[in-house]
Amino acid sequence: MRPITRSDVAAGGQRMSAWRAFLGLCQRDLWATIRHEPVAFLSQALLQPIFFLFVFGRVLPEIGAAGNAYGGQLLPGIIALTVVLTAVQNTALPLVIGFSFTKELEDRLLAPLPVEAVAVQTMLMAAARGVIGGLLILPLGQLILPGGVSLGQTTWLGFVVILVLGAVAGAGMGMVLGTAVPPNRISVTFAVVLTPLIFTGSTFYPWAALARLRWFQVLTLANPLTYVSEGMRAALTPVHHLSTAAIALGIVVSLALFGALGVRGFARRATS
Amino acid sequence: MVVDELRKRFVPNGPDVVDGISFAVGRGELFGLLGPNGAGKTTTIGVITTRVHPSGGRVLVDGIDVSRDPVAVKRRIAVVPQQSNLDRTLTAAENLSFHAAYFGSNRRDRRHRAREMLARFGLEGREDDAVNNYSGGMAQRLMLARALMHRPQLLVLDEPTSALDPQSRLFLWDTIRELRRDGVTILLTTHDMDEADLLCDRIAIVDHGRVVALDTPRRLRQLLPSDAGLELLIEGGSDPSQLFSGIEGGRRVEAHSAGEDRCRVRIYGEDERLTEHAAGLARRAGWRVVELRRIEGTLEDVFVHLTGRELR
Repeated sequence: MRPITRSDVAAGGQRMSAWRAFLGLCQRDLWATIRHEPVAFLSQALLQPIFFLFVFGRVLPEIGAAGNAYGGQLLPGIIALTVVLTAVQNTALPLVIGFSFTKELEDRLLAPLPVEAVAVQTMLMAAARGVIGGLLILPLGQLILPGGVSLGQTTWLGFVVILVLGAVAGAGMGMVLGTAVPPNRISVTFAVVLTPLIFTGSTFYPWAALARLRWFQVLTLANPLTYVSEGMRAALTPVHHLSTAAIALGIVVSLALFGALGVRGFARRATS
Repeated sequence: MVVDELRKRFVPNGPDVVDGISFAVGRGELFGLLGPNGAGKTTTIGVITTRVHPSGGRVLVDGIDVSRDPVAVKRRIAVVPQQSNLDRTLTAAENLSFHAAYFGSNRRDRRHRAREMLARFGLEGREDDAVNNYSGGMAQRLMLARALMHRPQLLVLDEPTSALDPQSRLFLWDTIRELRRDGVTILLTTHDMDEADLLCDRIAIVDHGRVVALDTPRRLRQLLPSDAGLELLIEGGSDPSQLFSGIEGGRRVEAHSAGEDRCRVRIYGEDERLTEHAAGLARRAGWRVVELRRIEGTLEDVFVHLTGRELR
């Protein structure tokens, strides 16, 4: 066995201090969310899905424009949408603001850890917000949907895995948006990116039901949200869904692609 | 800290924004970086603070190469930027406390130190305010307090007083002097010549990405020998115009009436005995010397002399 050298000790100390900085940043984010902006966070995460649940899941069946069972189809999609969009918004917006207008990110970038670790930390905390948003849809669905929420056929492991990985993938997408788009274009980019993301993500219908609209069905495969929605559908309901392998592949590819691009984009914005 | 032949080019075929800057700052020294806008000061600071990758040359902080081990450098430095970058979601005390948390301080220590810092910087009673409601001067003090939370070896102050009222500026100057006494190495950039003159041990004047002069403020002022000399205020005599015209060691003489039979005379020249000659001449001609002082070129004169008058 190699004896422990002075540089080993120094490297160990460095890792330790980087790790403590990482935890310090997480503490700050948790504190800021819980103590200073719980209302802002919850309304940003939940208002849109509440209206989707109410209008599509309650009003449409009520007026006869959708079947009574539609709520059950809708719920997994809305959970997926909330998870991904919350994660996207909680990375993209703070990054745009923090890099350019308030410069708030500077203090984080000077914390004693690698810039890439700051990027990962930012994504993880945004993903955590996405997970919380997604979980809160369950009780909201119970309240809003006429049939309530039935979890009898839920695969809980699958649900948790999709919840977490979907949130991280969303945070990666947000990081790409937040670092690639110039600050003066962010509002138009949000409009141009988020609306198609919401409506082509198999959120409001199972992917398989699009068989008669083949071109659209194929198109939606390009949207990462499709895999999260279908994954949620697979975990929560017995309906026909994209194959498990396709869901896994879609989520893993999104994670790797947006995660890598996001970290790289962050490092580029952070240093010049 | 050593900056060695530092170069930075932001666009591949563009100009070198920093074009071979070199200087070294000793431990505990207060070093000023002076230069017009766009001279390369901020880019140099960017490299020192790990935010800019150098295109050439290197920067060592405490012997550590900034490009090779930025994390180790970040542990040793602190930065007070020109523009507020405080965390607006948090209160003042939380800004300090979480900053210390990034540097591994435990909860009890950092709360204690945050209180201590808030008191030192005159922010007691405002610790739970949102920093959004802080005035410019308060934000500046809070950023300095934050910078000191983790006891940095090198403190970088980027134009710290450019937007402050006179009270805040005096307070900041006092604090900077205290920190220097405590042994903190300080790198200061400024446009304010008086500030540089008053505070810095040594100053590098930077222009077009290069160091054009580097010395103590006093020696820099002496770079303009034509502006050195004597100024006298004399009274009670008559016709001062020819009085000093042939004075030994004087290159040029200007005399103006100063009212009430007084006259203000400037004699330019570096001769050590100019004072005695001038006083002697005045006395013999029946003038009384009211005031006599040596004049030196100001740092501002030197600065303009070295960097020119064109607008940047």
